[in-house]
Amino acid sequence: MSSLNQKITQEIQSIAASMLESGQVAAFLGYTTGTIPGVMQPFVARNAQDAKRLCWNSFCVLNLANYLPSLLKSLEPPRRRGEPPPEGPLPKVGVLATGCWSRNIAVQIQENQVERQRVVIVGISSRGMISRRKLETAVGYKEIVHIEEQDNSLLVKGNDFEDTINRWDVVRDNCQTCIHPDPVIYDELIGTLNGNRKIPDRFRQVEKIETLSTDERWQWFNNEIASCIRCYACRNACPLCYCPTCFVDDSRPQWVGKSIEPADTALFHILRAYHCAGRCTDCGSCESVCPMGIRMRLFTKKLQKDVLELYDFEPGLDLDTPLPLSTYKIDDPEDFILTHIKKGDKK
Amino acid sequence: MEKGKSSEWEPKIIAFLCNWCSYAGADLAGVSRYQYPPSIRIVRVPCSGRVSANMILDALRSGADGVLVSGCHPGDCHYISGNLYARRRFAVLERFLEFIGIEPGRINFSWVSASEGEQFAQIAREVTERVRKLGPAKRLVKEITSCPA
Repeated sequence: MSSLNQKITQEIQSIAASMLESGQVAAFLGYTTGTIPGVMQPFVARNAQDAKRLCWNSFCVLNLANYLPSLLKSLEPPRRRGEPPPEGPLPKVGVLATGCWSRNIAVQIQENQVERQRVVIVGISSRGMISRRKLETAVGYKEIVHIEEQDNSLLVKGNDFEDTINRWDVVRDNCQTCIHPDPVIYDELIGTLNGNRKIPDRFRQVEKIETLSTDERWQWFNNEIASCIRCYACRNACPLCYCPTCFVDDSRPQWVGKSIEPADTALFHILRAYHCAGRCTDCGSCESVCPMGIRMRLFTKKLQKDVLELYDFEPGLDLDTPLPLSTYKIDDPEDFILTHIKKGDKK
Repeated sequence: MEKGKSSEWEPKIIAFLCNWCSYAGADLAGVSRYQYPPSIRIVRVPCSGRVSANMILDALRSGADGVLVSGCHPGDCHYISGNLYARRRFAVLERFLEFIGIEPGRINFSWVSASEGEQFAQIAREVTERVRKLGPAKRLVKEITSCPA
């Protein structure tokens, strides 16, 4: 483990242990090592003993905000539907948050899924997380048995090979184009803030697709989603998807068929992405968990670009600006709306 | 039905019209005997803000060649601001569907007030022409074939 990660891990463990010991929080949401190299496991520490298992490295690809609403709910005393919550403060949760995770927590707070006073956010400036897919490609799809992370490189070992890989080359696309690696809201901070990054061409992937013709884009879209097996991992990993009944599970009306018919798969991906419009922080969880390697982040990235162009908004940067699709301005752009020629205008 | 094979193919367009303005506008068009193509199938909704992306895509999936959503002019909404929220949603949806390769012109939005019968007829003609030029919708349509017995 690199000295950097070692230091962060130690700090996380001591902060979590002291919070749990003092009773400030009832649970601490972080990461622990998984069972295979390069895969980390989200982990809830519930006592100081557990806190020793917390760990940090560049493989924490899942967005921890995803677990926050349900974890908070599970800590509330059970009550019937419609019954008011018990008096007095409810148990709190400590949570690790990088730039995008903290922005997602901010969105959840704005959408009343998380109460700000019930979370203790421990901020970490992210150095970019590693794409397992890129790493596998870099070693030629050989089986990886051991990964040792240095500050700027990865030492990858297999049964019959050993390789040193430049860390930044295998960092996920969304992390490479991330402009907010620092946590936006936090109560405690681990390490130092690195400041916002300036990436003038962060929408380059989307812009490249935009230059294609309509037919080519349709071809591209279909190729991209062709391998989808509709496991809904992208939905389940998304911190924005907390609806009790998802539109894909609705049966009356059934918006999306259950089959892997191309039309149904296309509809699922269109609507899943569209539901993230103005809320997605490009954390890349969906793409990281996809077993088929579908780059569905490109869809949400396009929506992110449009919302920025149309309404000059980026989600999760502060708690006071309302989310773009839950507000309006009287002079919003409406050049897409058909207008009829008014009688007076025609001359 | 054999889509697109007949020389007399007529587009099928689902129109979501708000109860308070556009539906009344369509009614006025009828009462005032303005001619407009019969390709428009009207679904009355309480407000253009009621129309979600799900409904628009469901229409396309079920075989509509085009969709028209029409509501009150901004500022005239019966529910004060339903059409203004809708406007933001449609703007984002329209751009996104174009991005993934749905032909521009399949999905149309307009504002028609209750007094604009003639204008409604004009919009209906324009939308029909746009969709006619594009031909039958193939993308996103789910072809339901019957099970062999």
